[in-house]
Amino acid sequence: MGEPGTKELISLDELEAAGNLRTGRKHILSILVENKPGVLTRVAGLFARRAFNIDTLAVGPTDDETISRITLTLDGAVHPIDQVTKQLHKLVNVLKIRDLEPEETLARELALFKLAVDGPQRSEVLQLCEIFGGRVVDVSKRSLVVELTGSDDKIEAFEALVRPFGLIEMARTGEIAIARGRGET
Amino acid sequence: MRAVDALMECLKAEGVEVVFGLPGGANLPTYDAFYDAGIRHILVRHEAGGGHAAEGYAKATGKVGVAFGTSGPGATNLITAICDAMMDSVPVVFITGQVRTELIGTDGFQEADILGMTLPAVKHSFMIQHPLEIPRTIHEAFHIARTGRPGPVLVDIPQDLSRADIPYEPVNDVHLPGYQPTTEGNQKQIRLAAKALANARRPVIYAGGGVVNANAAPELRELVLSDRFPITCTLMGLGAFPAPHEQWLGMLGMHGTRAANYAMDEADLICAIGARFDDRITGKLSEFAPRAKFIHVDIDPAEISKNVPAHIPIVGDAKNVLARLVTEYRALSADRSRLEDWWQRIEGWRTQYPLRYEDTTDGEIRPQRAIQAVFEATGGEAILTSDVGQHQMWTAQYYDFPEPRRWINSGGLGTMGFGLPAAMGAAVGCPDRTVVCIAGDGSVQMNAQELATCAQNAIPVKVVIINNGYLGMVRQWQELFWDKRYSHVDMGQYPDFVKLAEAHGATGIRLTDKTTLVDDLKAAIATDGPVVVDVRVTAEENVYPMIPAGQAARDMVG
Repeated sequence: MGEPGTKELISLDELEAAGNLRTGRKHILSILVENKPGVLTRVAGLFARRAFNIDTLAVGPTDDETISRITLTLDGAVHPIDQVTKQLHKLVNVLKIRDLEPEETLARELALFKLAVDGPQRSEVLQLCEIFGGRVVDVSKRSLVVELTGSDDKIEAFEALVRPFGLIEMARTGEIAIARGRGET
Repeated sequence: MRAVDALMECLKAEGVEVVFGLPGGANLPTYDAFYDAGIRHILVRHEAGGGHAAEGYAKATGKVGVAFGTSGPGATNLITAICDAMMDSVPVVFITGQVRTELIGTDGFQEADILGMTLPAVKHSFMIQHPLEIPRTIHEAFHIARTGRPGPVLVDIPQDLSRADIPYEPVNDVHLPGYQPTTEGNQKQIRLAAKALANARRPVIYAGGGVVNANAAPELRELVLSDRFPITCTLMGLGAFPAPHEQWLGMLGMHGTRAANYAMDEADLICAIGARFDDRITGKLSEFAPRAKFIHVDIDPAEISKNVPAHIPIVGDAKNVLARLVTEYRALSADRSRLEDWWQRIEGWRTQYPLRYEDTTDGEIRPQRAIQAVFEATGGEAILTSDVGQHQMWTAQYYDFPEPRRWINSGGLGTMGFGLPAAMGAAVGCPDRTVVCIAGDGSVQMNAQELATCAQNAIPVKVVIINNGYLGMVRQWQELFWDKRYSHVDMGQYPDFVKLAEAHGATGIRLTDKTTLVDDLKAAIATDGPVVVDVRVTAEENVYPMIPAGQAARDMVG
């Protein structure tokens, strides 16, 4: 095929289209934005306007007080991720976007589970807590509140195990993430 | 210095010649500053008219247009113009007054969250939080509006902050770390594009409004003429390549020529420049140009592979990229004879399917004939604006535009009522040119109040109403696709446009005779001041050819 710098022409048959592809997996986008009023609205509004569906969203400060980090997850089976990131880049307040590679990423979420357990069930739940590294943060006569951090898989596994005991309610933060190793996310 | 006086200084530093606007409570301080700022201000009759006038000015001159409105309804009246400028990538800065900061969030009188309402429709927007921010923000707004892919920027200024006393020092830089448009195309990709073009047997160049925005018409012409490349333009791109020309296929898309649409359908390589594969171009996406590979040049990376996956994407300014693409292409000394068969095919379509309509045998005026008569009366030298509907499509089909920025219309949003205020803005920006608004009898009523603005300010726009007494495009669709059930499209002959013109201080003329049409139009155009020409045309004429919505190019009818 015609390399740059040569006069050899390109065969059109060899050209392949790029973009607009669905990857079929979950994506974690780490978005650094200027810490200014209304920026989250712009990001969320963009998703609404382009009919992109956010699975989870977490916002918080970074080490630099002028910059916030938005971590959001979305389904690459449903959305063309490159189109999502390109649209996000058009927002003037968006400074940097990383589509984090799952293998090179530490993703964590915090979840609180309120369980309707008393008497004998309690020790079973406490055992599960121990296995998952959860912590009991509130106890009453007829309930327990467990705090658990981990990847969304771990949270969901714990949820599946404790649900039969009587899950009164659950709150999850959505994942935050950071790249492994020395480099910046 | 008052913050509003600093605002005026900033506008002057940006080279603003004219502002279109309307005062109210929340921007009273700003208007006090206008009183002796030495900037021309045109008092419009409705903020929507001001917004579209700023767009017309921007499209005609290539400079940033400016529109002012007050808070609440003044601001909300601008929303259509803001959306329109977003869809068609028009550089306009909208500056709105806002209620005093202590009233924000209290549902105060004339309070509207204009920033929130316009978020999905602006390139960017600013809410002033502190009076000291005003000068830098104004410059950032102009910078964002004009650079990269142009677009609307809103600045909302609370009334109390605009009155503050601030130390003013000129600002010479902007600080926008998250905004760095790519203008230089990648050289390797440009070479690849040149080589693909040189090997294509059935290439088409498909140019859009981005070529006009980038002032890249000369470079586009060079590329087209560097070989026998067939060229077609979108509605927004008309004039980017001078029509007529032997390599010019006419407009493409829903009401484009068969030659252009069939060429796209059979092409092996399509080179899209500053165009965005809108649904009015592609028709049924899955059947669009099924044999083609795509080169896509655009300054907005998000447009590339948005609708149609690109094989050779090039992000950059069209002027920059095209100039280098021409150089690369010439260096390849491609074999021109390879396009012989392709041109035979295209010539076949051209001969078999020219644009045509059945003319009348009496004096009745066909709307297509009216457009041709405007072309003849102006020698093709005018700036034309239009509203939205049948008359817009007929103008795109039957008026040959020799240059960019001669054709100003609302393509993306399709805003009825755009034409007259846009003509007003174009005429203010280009006082030496004849400016004609081709209007529909339905559309023109949506901003007819601006005739008063034109009369008061001696802005000599010539409004040619293609009057068929119908909301014609809707009627056409009802005729073709809804069993002729003409639901609420009959406008009757109301109002009397001659009297309407006269009431506004303009000249009104009614034309009904085909035989004297060109001379009558010449006389109308030669008349001083704003003129409204009510051209009575065949009531039930359809725009053909046509790709029915959601169908493929080869399913064209008419």
